[in-house]
Amino acid sequence: MSKYTEDDLREELKTKEYEYGFYTDIQSDTFPKGLNEDVIRALSAKKEEPKWMTDWRLEAFKAWQEMTEPEWANVRYKKPDFQDISYYSAPNKKPKYESLDEVDPELLETFSKLGISLDEQKKLAGVAMDVVVDSVSVATTFKETLAEKGIIFMSISEAIKKHPELVKKYLGTVVPQKDNFYAALNSAVFSDGSFCYIPKGVKCPMELSTYFRINQAGTGQFERTLVVAEKGSYVSYLEGCTAPSRDENQLHAAVVELIALDDAEIKYSTVQNWYPGNSEGKGGVYNFVTKRGLCEKNAKISWTQVETGSAITWKYPSCILKGDNSVGEFYSIAVTNNYQQADTGTKMIHLGKNTRSTIISKGISAGKSQNSYRGLVQISPRAENARNFSQCDSLLMGNECGAHTFPYIEAKNKTAIIEHEATTSKIGEDQIFYCNQRGIDTEKAIALIVNGFSKEVLNKLPMEFAVEAQKLLEISLEGSVG
Amino acid sequence: MLKINNLHASIEGKSILRGIDLEIKPGEIHAIMGPNGSGKSTLASVIAGKEEYEVTKGDIIFEGEDIGELAPDERAHKGVFLSFQYPVEIPGVSVTNFMKTAINETRKAKGLGDMPAKDMLKLIRDKSELLEIDRKFLSRSINEGFSGGEKKRNEIFQMAMLDPKLAILDETDSGLDIDALRIVANGVNKLKSNNNAVLVITHYQRLLDYIIPDFVHVLLNGRIVKSGGKELAHQLEEKGYDWLKEEVNA
Repeated sequence: MSKYTEDDLREELKTKEYEYGFYTDIQSDTFPKGLNEDVIRALSAKKEEPKWMTDWRLEAFKAWQEMTEPEWANVRYKKPDFQDISYYSAPNKKPKYESLDEVDPELLETFSKLGISLDEQKKLAGVAMDVVVDSVSVATTFKETLAEKGIIFMSISEAIKKHPELVKKYLGTVVPQKDNFYAALNSAVFSDGSFCYIPKGVKCPMELSTYFRINQAGTGQFERTLVVAEKGSYVSYLEGCTAPSRDENQLHAAVVELIALDDAEIKYSTVQNWYPGNSEGKGGVYNFVTKRGLCEKNAKISWTQVETGSAITWKYPSCILKGDNSVGEFYSIAVTNNYQQADTGTKMIHLGKNTRSTIISKGISAGKSQNSYRGLVQISPRAENARNFSQCDSLLMGNECGAHTFPYIEAKNKTAIIEHEATTSKIGEDQIFYCNQRGIDTEKAIALIVNGFSKEVLNKLPMEFAVEAQKLLEISLEGSVG
Repeated sequence: MLKINNLHASIEGKSILRGIDLEIKPGEIHAIMGPNGSGKSTLASVIAGKEEYEVTKGDIIFEGEDIGELAPDERAHKGVFLSFQYPVEIPGVSVTNFMKTAINETRKAKGLGDMPAKDMLKLIRDKSELLEIDRKFLSRSINEGFSGGEKKRNEIFQMAMLDPKLAILDETDSGLDIDALRIVANGVNKLKSNNNAVLVITHYQRLLDYIIPDFVHVLLNGRIVKSGGKELAHQLEEKGYDWLKEEVNA
């Protein structure tokens, strides 16, 4: 493995068929439903964790028990029964399909619509995948290639065993255990997730990609992701999500922590496509996520997200601009259709001098859905010459949906320059007729208009992700024109 | 190519077209003239299939087929093109992307695969040269921030790209200065052949100095009250529409 070229990578991809189908009938090793200290101890033991980790979880659990579920978001839903969830489910053998015939055809159809059929997976050269099936990582490709550069990319469970000093040093430093209700729950029961460490001065040569999926009925998924970029390093991280249809609500409460040390840069891109519920609003994933990044001196963190799935989305990828001259960016497309509800946005906390942040949020609402942008720009007294630019655009389809914008600005330094722009528009019948007249049918016309509206954000995604995201937007809005 | 029989159409219960008869053969240029509110633009929209208009009577036969029940995109696939009086902006969608989508959707409807990128690029190059369009223009968002002249040139560029059988030019001259008018008219003339036809809808005669019609029809209160050759347009320019109104009322 002295000279590992792109050609070798391609060859490896060719020979290494994507073994782990998206729908698995593997017998799961699943805990009975319910949550208490014993469950957490058992979970920690099952994962062969060191004592400090078990204690850390228990501490979080104690804090969580004292907390109440937040109600300030602009979403309405039946609160989950946390005792009715199983907190551990692991595949106990690796599935292997002889042919595509064994995979659920409905899923294959969705994936082929998305352009990520298994055949195409093979072609996705240059993308390393850490596949999470039902909470436990079962496959990590290209780990060795990355290891040559000293990059660590593995499941967090594995990292706890192999690199305890790193995990212990950084876990919970950006999102503390007691940060909020869902972060506390996650800290207590997180099942797995990804850990990524880029050593000093290293530019990660490929996009690191994790496909998260929820696969077991009634299994909540509590992912924990930790990305540490040492001084002067760079990494682009992709997170993509798909889930099979489920009739009952599934809870997802993830925590993502990013740490960009001096002069480091982290790009974190997400395509979220969890089951949004059916057209009557039945079922669908509840997605309560805490994502936050910390920037030291001259560091930069970019969050790019395309949110099309979930029945409820509660998610605010944020940046703490601690170091002087650090930069935070947030680019978001949130699509809601039918009865979906999304309350999403960002927080840019300017602590250092000359810190800059950019927020571009595009909300698209259709059907009877509600789409809210909620953002906070905070300039601390010490943050001389901080700058922020925010742009929040909403696109409405039909007369029964809603778009809301809640921008909060707290400036405690007079030198701050904060700009905020917001627009709301509706897809006009004239626009559709114009497209129709050129031979473009209404579904396609809407896709075209929506893609145009979202372009500034789509352009921020890595190529292969942008294509997938564009198709996702089309699929999510299918049938939304009455 | 196009045969309209006793066409009646209304919008929100209000009757606009009240018995239009019109036949257009391949290779012909027809002009529809008439004062404001006579139903000119409605006729264009109804032929193109705009859904807010209700056809209450009569039929529209295109290439021997009744297209009255077809959706606007299906009519477009069959070769009906409308150059809009007020072209619509689509932010973030470039002219090139829009055209690529339109061409490939039309091909799909005919059971063909996407046009290869190489052919698409050649087509774009040829047509933009033909119409003297700066290609930088094609990467801008469609109609967004375009001047009146740019919008109309862009419509004619789209017509060139889609190569329709019947092109309806709805008030293409409105908002154009004389130079822009000449450029647009030259474009239409270059695209004209014995296999296609043009229906020019205009309030003024001046466009017809550049696009010479074979037939001129005068529309008044939703009916064609007079048809003739290109000299009729000159007559209207001189005398206005009032004498025709009197003639109709008499």
